Amino acid sequence: MEASRKLSAPAQPQVAQEIVQPAAKPRRRLVPSFLGDRLFRSLTGFLALLVVLLLIGFAVVLCMQSRLSLARFGFSFFTGTNWDPVNEEFGALPFVYGTLVTSAIALLIAVPLSLGVALCMVEMLPQWIAGRIGFLVELLAAIPSVVYGLWGIFVLGPWLRDHVDPVLGRYLGFLPIFQGPHIAVSLLTAGVLLSIMIIPYITAVCTEVFRVVPQTQREAALALGATRWEMVRMAVIPYGYSGVVGAIILGLGRALGETIAVAMVIGNRAEIAASLFMPSSTLASVIANEFTEATGDLYLSALVELGLVLMLLAVLLNAAARALVLGVVGGQGEGR
Amino acid sequence: MDNARTAQAASIVPVPASKPREARLIVTDAEKLKVVDLSAFYRGKVALRNINLNIAANQVTAIIGPSGCGKSTLVRCLNRMHEVQSGNHAEGQVWLDGEDIYAPGVDPVQIRRRIGMVFQKATPFPTMSIEDNVTAGLRLNNRRMGRAERDRIVERSLRQAALWDEVKDKLRDPGISLSGGQQQRLCIARALAVEPEVLLMDEPCSALDPISTARIEELIVELKASYTIVLVTHNMQQAARASDYTAFLLNGDLIEFGETNQIFTNPSRRETEEYITGRFG
Repeated sequence: MEASRKLSAPAQPQVAQEIVQPAAKPRRRLVPSFLGDRLFRSLTGFLALLVVLLLIGFAVVLCMQSRLSLARFGFSFFTGTNWDPVNEEFGALPFVYGTLVTSAIALLIAVPLSLGVALCMVEMLPQWIAGRIGFLVELLAAIPSVVYGLWGIFVLGPWLRDHVDPVLGRYLGFLPIFQGPHIAVSLLTAGVLLSIMIIPYITAVCTEVFRVVPQTQREAALALGATRWEMVRMAVIPYGYSGVVGAIILGLGRALGETIAVAMVIGNRAEIAASLFMPSSTLASVIANEFTEATGDLYLSALVELGLVLMLLAVLLNAAARALVLGVVGGQGEGR
Repeated sequence: MDNARTAQAASIVPVPASKPREARLIVTDAEKLKVVDLSAFYRGKVALRNINLNIAANQVTAIIGPSGCGKSTLVRCLNRMHEVQSGNHAEGQVWLDGEDIYAPGVDPVQIRRRIGMVFQKATPFPTMSIEDNVTAGLRLNNRRMGRAERDRIVERSLRQAALWDEVKDKLRDPGISLSGGQQQRLCIARALAVEPEVLLMDEPCSALDPISTARIEELIVELKASYTIVLVTHNMQQAARASDYTAFLLNGDLIEFGETNQIFTNPSRRETEEYITGRFG
């Protein structure tokens, strides 16, 4: 700056410089930035396309790698309940069942808890406490899965077996899902562990969703004579509905795909067990467990097809959740 | 006791007066709300200083003043909405039919069911249909309503808000599908559905076009037959057209209060005159 002034000072007086500058600014604005616009559009378009291509690529590779099993079993792969590597009999249903049940347990526990924590942080607590609690909750997400798995084996599983299973058996024992012997590695243990693992995700997203609910909406409810809880029910949750569903989808995605922690606590039995106290397997856990020992081509191909099933399952559940949002919010859904 | 308080208040409030402040006693209609020595604070800062004001039943009382003078704060104090935001509080008394709404043990929720409010920006609940928006306040009271009663209340409220003819064929449409002016009238209908005694309106037309504004002003005049109305406005013509009494606030002080005619034709205070003639604000 100073150098340039020194250079230009002898050539032209300061006044001229000051006049030139404002004249130059509007001219720059008048030039239409077509090039920049086009560049930006093609760049972002390319990146968006890349994501879609990646997804298609995944599906194609999974299909190709599992073509042996696809050709051999066809649709019966999805409905077959027998998983017998020795006789090369493969059916995915036990794992689909295990995946769905553990994810359902996880959501059943995590969603109300996360919503409660998020609402408490946004609506009740002063900012400085809420910030600290939010930080602690998010720390849960920083714990590696394998550590969760260890904790599940040594602490959570035995604790559930000794203290929760008997209570559930005594009071809800008339339901088939709460019958039978109590085992530490089980569907229930995996589900509870998963719920703890997805709480930070659902909580973090819900907190942000509730935070952006306009104050005017809250006041509109309060002015009608709403209590704080009624205000939350009338103004905050409906306003953030699509965001909350988005948060749940995010948590569900984690729960469906979580591998190592589940593999450590679920017991790895390829059977559809009626009782939640019994060991089972999920799609992800069986892939992780058996991939290294898959000797035959068909066996390997069947495992890859399990991956395909998992991906289809995730896509289906996502689509269902999205339809749910659109159904309630109608045309003005924010398309989260 | 009341007089003593007033005298005390008068001595505290710095009044660079040209005339003594006795204007507050002029209201001759039955009082619905009586504001006594009300001060309001916003994070420790004073927003209102010792306001004394009587609000007449079934009349429209306008509160005018430049931006930041505390007129919104005052009206929000009248149904205890001011304290909703953290860091805010109010001191003093507001008597609603002989009951101090700031007395200890008074539930603000119950007060807000008796004193309704319409905001600057229309705030229909976005996920609710038009009729659900109208009945939102009723459902809060956990009242079991039959279909017929519900329909009757929806129609009555929407008629009172002069919206019925425009929406009667699309009550199931979302509330936010309406135009801005219609949304504001929907909010008025929503406030009226719970049959409040007082309706507070905080600059209800500031986001609306002139035609919608005129409709709402007509509406205000119609509604005073059934409700006591407090209207905050930055639009002096609106205050002159729609109100019976006018209070002029400046920097958190009540400068002048009186019949609208008198305030606009023959104000007793220099600041009022300067404001309404457009010399500031």
